[in-house]
Amino acid sequence: MLKSRIIPCLDVNNGRVVKGTNFVNLRDAGDPVEVAKIYDEQGADEVCFLDITASHENRDTIYDIVRQTAEVCFMPLTVGGGVSKIEHIRTLLLSGADKVSINSAAVKDNNFVRYAADKYGSQCIVVAVDAKKNDAQNKWEVYTHGGRINTEIDVLHYVERIVSLGAGELLITSMDKDGTRSGFDNILVKKITDIVNVPVIASGGVGNLQHLVDGIKLGHADAVLAASIFHFGEYTINEAKQYMKERGINVR
Amino acid sequence: MEIIGIIDYGSGNIHSATKAFENVAKDLKKEIKILRIHNAADIKLCDRVVLPGVGAFKDCKAGLVNIDGLVPTLEKKILDEGAPFLGICVGMQLLADIGFEGETTPGFGWIPGVVDKIPTTAGLKIPHMGWNTIKFNRAHSIFNGLENKGETIVYFVHSYYFQVKKMEDLLGICDYGSEITAVIGKDNIIGCQFHPEKSQKIGLKFIKNFINWSP
Repeated sequence: MLKSRIIPCLDVNNGRVVKGTNFVNLRDAGDPVEVAKIYDEQGADEVCFLDITASHENRDTIYDIVRQTAEVCFMPLTVGGGVSKIEHIRTLLLSGADKVSINSAAVKDNNFVRYAADKYGSQCIVVAVDAKKNDAQNKWEVYTHGGRINTEIDVLHYVERIVSLGAGELLITSMDKDGTRSGFDNILVKKITDIVNVPVIASGGVGNLQHLVDGIKLGHADAVLAASIFHFGEYTINEAKQYMKERGINVR
Repeated sequence: MEIIGIIDYGSGNIHSATKAFENVAKDLKKEIKILRIHNAADIKLCDRVVLPGVGAFKDCKAGLVNIDGLVPTLEKKILDEGAPFLGICVGMQLLADIGFEGETTPGFGWIPGVVDKIPTTAGLKIPHMGWNTIKFNRAHSIFNGLENKGETIVYFVHSYYFQVKKMEDLLGICDYGSEITAVIGKDNIIGCQFHPEKSQKIGLKFIKNFINWSP
């Protein structure tokens, strides 16, 4: 049967890993290609690059990084950040990305997702959703532009619509949880996995290995994404898999 | 020197596939050149041919048909001259008689069968995306050095699958609610639904087996 996936995620700015990583024996802990190689060796199921480069002139850097990564890592690679044109998707895929993640552009024009999925197939179109709970109205709202703009769109309505247009996977980041190290928003993740029929990646809030287990068991996520717990050497991917396996999760 | 041609018709995984083959080839005893194929004339130079493929069946088919003379030259190379062939993902699905993804589209018809949507059974998601175990239906050189007890786990991402007409052409399966075709083979032709270029060590081993295979 299909295995639950563990996905380390790297934020990349102008070709460098943001805040760096803490791997010993690594020539350059800020080089995304070197870090991806480490995760490949540790048995990560996939690696995700999120390009947060602000200036458009430096956008080409990420293509080079994807190209170099695909030369040394023979594992699935998802790349997102600032993807707003079909040309971006095309270039990323040809550079060696397997999946492209779309965030703000999908909210701005839902049909961009339809067009992208028609052209390249749903299997490579991931829609990333930044979600934040609105307690007063008891709903989650979609945020864009790196969490700066509240669109007030209901997350549950949005994911249903975007999947019907062709999104092949959802990457759900809880802004309430991100950076708190208190676990995923499993209530939100579960609500989403209940209503869509595509794989869902839970993101935001991982502080220990039990949180990864909870994302699968409580959130019913197909994959769990984490950054800091892996980057700073607290846990290796292997340790995470061992822990999950011991708790009955089907991992590779 | 042996030339392995990888057909470049704008498919997304061409870069990864080329790099994976180069990575395997550099460690082998025989001298191998990995050549990206853009036209019919290049096919004639090849000793082996790889057809990668990502995206929709009809788009991939159209991409190949649009290259002048490519498909007839490929058929001559593989079906008449017997050069070993590997189709990956949609590159494997194109070997069927017909594909039902979007518009009904004829395939090459090299291996009898049809390409249809994965049956959606209880709670299983489409696309079938991620790492899954393959089981071998019968022994084949392509599986050399790989074990058949559940540890051969490879990366899949697809919504349609190859239904073979003849069981003898089915070399490997995976379990996704129902039995899904993972590897097919007939004479000098192999097809795999999974992505060896993305399946880490096991994928590279599979590629190595293809390069060493003498059908």
